Amino acid sequence: MSLLDVESVDVRYGDFQALFEVSLSIAEGQALALVGANGAGKTTLLRTIAGAATPAAGRIRLRGADITTAPPHRRIRAGIALVPEGRRLFPSLTAEENIKVGAAAATGDGWPLARVYEVFPLIARCRHRRAGLLSGGEQQAVAIARALASGPRLLLLDEVSLGLAPAIVDGLYDTLAELRAAGTTLVVVEQDLDRALAACDEVVCLLSGRVALRSGAAAADRSDLVAAYFGQGPA
Amino acid sequence: MNWLNAALQGILLGGEYALVACGLSLTFGVMRLVNIAHGDFAVCGAYLALLLSTALHVPAWYTLPLLLPVAFAAGVALQVLVLARALRGGVLAPVLVTFGLSVVIENLLLVGASANTRSLDGGALSVASIPVTSQITLSWLRIAGLLTALAVLGGLQLLLSHTGWGRAVRATSDDLDTARLVGVRVRPVFASVAGIAVATAALAGVFLGLISGFDPQAGGITLVFAFEAVVIGGLGSLWGTLAGGVALGMTQQLVGQWNAQYAVLGVHLLFLLVLAVRPQGLFASAQVTV
Repeated sequence: MSLLDVESVDVRYGDFQALFEVSLSIAEGQALALVGANGAGKTTLLRTIAGAATPAAGRIRLRGADITTAPPHRRIRAGIALVPEGRRLFPSLTAEENIKVGAAAATGDGWPLARVYEVFPLIARCRHRRAGLLSGGEQQAVAIARALASGPRLLLLDEVSLGLAPAIVDGLYDTLAELRAAGTTLVVVEQDLDRALAACDEVVCLLSGRVALRSGAAAADRSDLVAAYFGQGPA
Repeated sequence: MNWLNAALQGILLGGEYALVACGLSLTFGVMRLVNIAHGDFAVCGAYLALLLSTALHVPAWYTLPLLLPVAFAAGVALQVLVLARALRGGVLAPVLVTFGLSVVIENLLLVGASANTRSLDGGALSVASIPVTSQITLSWLRIAGLLTALAVLGGLQLLLSHTGWGRAVRATSDDLDTARLVGVRVRPVFASVAGIAVATAALAGVFLGLISGFDPQAGGITLVFAFEAVVIGGLGSLWGTLAGGVALGMTQQLVGQWNAQYAVLGVHLLFLLVLAVRPQGLFASAQVTV
């Protein structure tokens, strides 16, 4: 059985429709790369799965249970956590307090702080500094740790590599690989196509709010993917 | 010596202002709600204390264990039933709604309690004082007011800094949308903050009634002073609010020492001066942005 099913979801912001009949499903333990141009609807899709937007039509199911209208805190308890685009830490809280806010919604399999610091030694060094004063890499690590603190089965990552030095990004993706090995299911929004394909089993390309292509990451044909990305017909 | 006396009285008075202002500061910081009716809540607290102490034949102090939970519950109910809806209606709606509430409260009080100025009976403490020197005498009532303000602000600061509730409140204040996304249940946070705001306002109202007396229209000037304390101290900082209250109280007393009719004007001029020179407030911490 799949962990997450998104079934023909439409999302509207007022008069603007951001997603049109988007469907996808992810099996437990898989990693799915979500790619597409700016404005294609990737962030909207992640936020809809996390509960920040409610679909105008369609269903979202987690392990078969309908969570379409569940508020975010209930989804977190059910095992979904989002690392939002732009990190969105609470700037006046320390790194550790940010993580504790994430942990507050956990059920039981949330990560204890000790485990967070083991996986992210970077944070252990700056845990008592205000999040607003951290470097970009530190902030991103804290943002991921804040999501992990709730003990998610499904981790949604929105452009975690944006604005970071390549060495830092390598470190983050190593951590993501470890999480996968430990059984966490991932949905990764990533601008860097090569990195996305290398890190994931499957790739879904969105174009103007619709699924333009879905394929296994290893089998993905690069020219098809580029065509789907930019909305040109298959070459 | 008269000037020293005025300064000391000003500090004591400042505690009273800070006590009214902290709820205002909290609701603005967390919910971005400018509560025009905040001063009227304080006056309502004073009337409720008057009602209870008359009915039970006890000094006003004794009504606090009953009054504060009632005020807290009223704040929660207000948030859940009225303000939550107003907050969904954009920036202007909460201002209009609380302004309307203020008008309604003042007129209901006028009808129900008449326009007479009342004061609360504080028992023996009302008249007790300690002579510091031959010319300076500090009223125990005012000292109690300052100590209560310190205890309330300090207690709130401890709760905000060291509890899960406090983290949720600060996270919500920083970024409502993200707080919701990472699992903070915003509705209980808002409701508890509104409860605390109304309870502290009612507590401040009791001191207002004990120290200086009140009438149905006293909410307006109470609100103005609370606003000025918050702005002078810097939004979102409780100790700043205390400092702002003390700055107001001292200005009022010192200007009054010079010429009593300019005392309140002096306070407003200080407020305008701070707005012009340091609009973020005297004690605001440096803003950090992600």
